[in-house]
Amino acid sequence: MLASPVPMHIPDGFLSVLVALFFWAATAIVVAYALKRVNTDLGERQVPLMGVLAACIFAGQMLNFNVAAGTSGHLVGAALATIMLGPWASILIMTCVIAVQGLIFQDGGLLAMGANIFNMGIVATAVAYATYRLVARLSGGRAGGMLAAAFLSAWASIVVTSLAVGLQLALSGTSPANLAIPAMGGVHLLIGIGEGLITVGAVSFLRATRRDMLEQGTAPVRGGRGILVAGLALALALAVVSPLASADPDGLEWFAEQQHFTNRQVQSPIKLIPDYRLPGIGSEAAATIASGVVGMLIVFGAAGATAYIRRNRKNLPAH
Amino acid sequence: MHAHFLDPYRPRISPIHALDPRIKFVLAVACILTAALMPLGAWAAYLLLFAVVLSVIILSELGVRYVLGRSALAFPFVLAALPLVLTAGPPLLAELPLGPWTLQVSQDGVVRFASIAVKSWISVQAAIVLSASTSFPDLLVAMRAVRVPRLLVAIFGLMWRYLFVLADEVLRLIRARAARSGESGEPGRRVGGSLAWRARVTGGMAGNLFLRALERGDRIYLAMAARGYDGEVRHFPLPPLAGRHWFTLAGGMALLAVLLVVSLLNG
Repeated sequence: MLASPVPMHIPDGFLSVLVALFFWAATAIVVAYALKRVNTDLGERQVPLMGVLAACIFAGQMLNFNVAAGTSGHLVGAALATIMLGPWASILIMTCVIAVQGLIFQDGGLLAMGANIFNMGIVATAVAYATYRLVARLSGGRAGGMLAAAFLSAWASIVVTSLAVGLQLALSGTSPANLAIPAMGGVHLLIGIGEGLITVGAVSFLRATRRDMLEQGTAPVRGGRGILVAGLALALALAVVSPLASADPDGLEWFAEQQHFTNRQVQSPIKLIPDYRLPGIGSEAAATIASGVVGMLIVFGAAGATAYIRRNRKNLPAH
Repeated sequence: MHAHFLDPYRPRISPIHALDPRIKFVLAVACILTAALMPLGAWAAYLLLFAVVLSVIILSELGVRYVLGRSALAFPFVLAALPLVLTAGPPLLAELPLGPWTLQVSQDGVVRFASIAVKSWISVQAAIVLSASTSFPDLLVAMRAVRVPRLLVAIFGLMWRYLFVLADEVLRLIRARAARSGESGEPGRRVGGSLAWRARVTGGMAGNLFLRALERGDRIYLAMAARGYDGEVRHFPLPPLAGRHWFTLAGGMALLAVLLVVSLLNG
């Protein structure tokens, strides 16, 4: 129920250390600023309100509906939070949701958490905000325009976020650019529709019950123009860079190679098990099998010893 | 129906549970960082790291089956790295004919893919041990110790406290939807409206939940204000770390550093 069918939470091991640390740094700066902004807006109401709303988005991701044979759509929520509360609060809420998902439910890694928050918190919010403001303004505040804006902002936030994930994977050299980016983008063109429909349902419900709140949430904020520009720039950059990168992966792969200094073969002075073949055994296949067996013996030896020590400890009389 | 099943914390009496949360947190992150820094194809070093993690799992009394079972949850993402097998280029390991195409299995790609999968799997196990052996309030202490902003830690704390309340709320909404919707016993017969209609109903539930959460947040704030809350988050000071804690930390870090060096020499 909690495992997200939307493969956007990057686990540990899939990002190169440099990429992971870079996005941790970028995320830390933006989240620190968002904390400050929300604090000036909400003051002492910040902690209770943000805490409960983060719990709400987290729990809201359990809401799902059948799409077709066995697959179901569910909510991510960045767009809904942005539409209702403005961009800074949404970044903060999504940060809390993703942090708890990673820390408690292993939905996304710890080292990769910076990148996950960057994608699903910052990129998704900025894109949703920019799309919503633009479409809502173009439609002149009519009801249909507002719902169209809600749908498009939710859909765009999912699609652009998935492009960011694909790009990060390609940069880390864990997935080839010409496959990862079109695959992520393509799948999420469809998944985004589910998110868009749910967001429209939520916004039309809130429009009918609490129109005052909806207007308050989408009122222009100080610094909102910056986010609008940033969101558009991110969306455009990812929409332009990704096809380029996927059509001509060499450039990106060259960049990834430069980063992958640890992947270079290090000529080793000592070999634990030389070339994974035990010395003194003739046949190559037999040697490979033998080194595998030695490896397993190491693992089970360590595990067995630990279990043995623990059992002995347990058998001691209680003091 | 209550959602306590969400909490992965499993109380046990074990040295891993008893370890100071700050030390545990730092060591878990260091273990994941070590796995990430290990070069591709350093199988011997991966085995040693796995042996260390497995030992910790056994010491934690969580049950090897429980941890390994949960670690399978992270596997679907491995699909993202699978294309590496076919695209990394020569030398080729095998060529598989598949209709009009030929799949070229590259040796480099297989090594890369397997390395990523193994590293990811070890990292997930470390994270599972951390979350299953440390209660959330203890994790908050660890986060304060590693200088996560105070306000953010306070928001995390409140979020955790109300997560179960709101998850219960969601379960009630879902049950209400199920109760209102007819269900046909006839297999393959679709019930309810169109896709857009179903999404709209779910959206209404999401909006409803959002509204309830917002109102609850206001009530909580008022209750806190009535009890003297002034926006300042006050914590007890962190208890000092005893000598043996520092010893554990240094030992764990040294072990991980040795493994990292081994992997770099053997990579």
